[in-house]
Amino acid sequence: MQEISNTPNEQDVLIKLQDVYKIYQMGDSEVHALDGVSLEIRRGEFVAIVGQSGSGKSTCMNIIGCLDVPTSGKYYLNGVDVSTMKDDEQAQIRNKMLGFIFQQYNLIPKLNLCENVELPLLYAGVPPAERQRRAMASLARVGLEEKAQNLPSQLSGGQQQRVSIARALAGDPPVILADEPTGALDSHTGREVLSFLQKLHHGGNTIVLITHDNSIARQAQRIVRLADGKIIYDGAADRPEAVVSAFEMPEEVMPETAEEAV
Amino acid sequence: MDIGQAFKMSFKSLMASKLRSILTMLGIIIGVAAVIAIMSIGQGLMNSVNEMFSSLGSNIIQVGLYVRGESNRTVTVNDMYDFVNENQELLCDLSPIVSVQGQVKCGSEVLERTYVNGVSESYDSLELLKMSEGRFLQYVDVVRKEKVCVVGTYIVDNFLDGDGMGKIVKINGENFTVIGVIEQRGDNTERSDDNQIFIPYTNALKINGTNFVESYGVNATSKENIAAARLALETFLEEKLSGDGFYYVESLSEMLEEYNKMQNTIVTVLAAIAGISLLVGGIGIMNIMLVSVTERTREIGIRKSLGARRRDIRLQFIIEAASTSAIGGVIGIVLGSAVGMVAGVLMKTTITPTLSPILLSFGISVGIGIIFGYLPANKAAKLNPIDALRYD
Repeated sequence: MQEISNTPNEQDVLIKLQDVYKIYQMGDSEVHALDGVSLEIRRGEFVAIVGQSGSGKSTCMNIIGCLDVPTSGKYYLNGVDVSTMKDDEQAQIRNKMLGFIFQQYNLIPKLNLCENVELPLLYAGVPPAERQRRAMASLARVGLEEKAQNLPSQLSGGQQQRVSIARALAGDPPVILADEPTGALDSHTGREVLSFLQKLHHGGNTIVLITHDNSIARQAQRIVRLADGKIIYDGAADRPEAVVSAFEMPEEVMPETAEEAV
Repeated sequence: MDIGQAFKMSFKSLMASKLRSILTMLGIIIGVAAVIAIMSIGQGLMNSVNEMFSSLGSNIIQVGLYVRGESNRTVTVNDMYDFVNENQELLCDLSPIVSVQGQVKCGSEVLERTYVNGVSESYDSLELLKMSEGRFLQYVDVVRKEKVCVVGTYIVDNFLDGDGMGKIVKINGENFTVIGVIEQRGDNTERSDDNQIFIPYTNALKINGTNFVESYGVNATSKENIAAARLALETFLEEKLSGDGFYYVESLSEMLEEYNKMQNTIVTVLAAIAGISLLVGGIGIMNIMLVSVTERTREIGIRKSLGARRRDIRLQFIIEAASTSAIGGVIGIVLGSAVGMVAGVLMKTTITPTLSPILLSFGISVGIGIIFGYLPANKAAKLNPIDALRYD
């Protein structure tokens, strides 16, 4: 495991995993989905978490996304210990701190684009007029304000993913969590989405990208590579070890499994 | 998330599958419609019966007598008058009622269906009769067996050229002079109370060729005295006849009370049976909501990932279930009221839908939505966001 060259300023650390274990009970045997992961992500970083299926990157993303709690270890998000929070407290944290971009876009089909983008604001208790104004502004950032009254099914895949980005941005959360955001898109629209994430990164957003695809991971500043629940590489994205490590074979393009489709 | 937003969302999802929503509501619609229809028809029936009874005078007690021919025990008119005089704190306005069997003629026309009753001068206060012209029978008419009569408006309008006063009506060949006309009570048809003639009961007994009066009407002095008056009359008649005859003593208002009680019971039982379909409707809503929660697992996962708390999801689904049953309830109320009004027209009584069963059944249907929506809503609220997001 590589050390990060310069120790980050405590104030700047937005995401801090401290010796995190996630253990599932499968019959008589224990599966260590995360096996002692420690990780720090600073404000404004663009980090790709990569690994093959079963490497623990989905579990890692669930914990970073406050969708799950670790079996042991601590997770500090913006200095707050969120690793022991209850369901509803986590919901509040997700609402305030995190913007999700999913592989399958995960828009609600019967709501129009504006209503979809309004959802995080709705659960934050923003009043209707303000909600709509901010949703429209967010849609404008992804260039879809003119389609605000359309249903998601009337849009192309790339456009739908832009709506889900607009939704992630609507509540102005400090962390954008993108889970295989290009997985369902063709390479052209995939590049578009990635360049949009780059733009957000340059605009100061903290972005955590989860992917199995090395070429996509290289768009990030920093790569964290997981295998068997352990971090096997953590460093700059442009070093050769970031892509191929001693512990694993060069990656094949694998079909998406149900577990990865989150 | 506020309630208004939850309503908007539930309305949206109801509209998204209209056929399913309507079918889900059907149980509630039928249940509420049946309850409303039954209750308003019952209310209408009771109203019409009560109206009928109140026009008769509500304190009236009717006495019927039957005496065996060979017995020397009997109850005479004088016995009855003496008894009423002795019990003035309970009874007043006694009148024998003697039905006259005989031909009635006005000029050359025969009045086939006219009722002729021999009564006393108290009969008008007994039956709350009002005179439109002339006067009612008086004590002297009864004592002197005057050949006078009081007639209903149907007879005046159809056989006496609209002006009855002083005209002659022939009853069993004897001439009776019209001295009064009674204000219209029924609908002025042949079958109504307006086709009636009253003569002094003394004349009626003479025409019938008897001294025995089989039927009396008497008033209790107040509503509170009805039961006591009835008991006193029964005791008196029992003593007088002591097994050698039969009698009945009936109070209209007591009968009315009995009738109302019975009808209330019937209506309540019927409404309760109809209410069972509300329960079935509620179970239908729960069933559909459970299906809906499963179908929308992914939506729930998305909402949770975006920050929806358990109570936000619970509220959304409960309000959806409650709106479904509330809309069903409103449709049922409209339908049930319409059925009630049509039934009212068919039964020739006015049935106006009353507010209380409407509010009650609306409240019950909303309540059913909340109760039967709670389980599915809770199931939705407790979904794990990770599993829900993965659900296809």
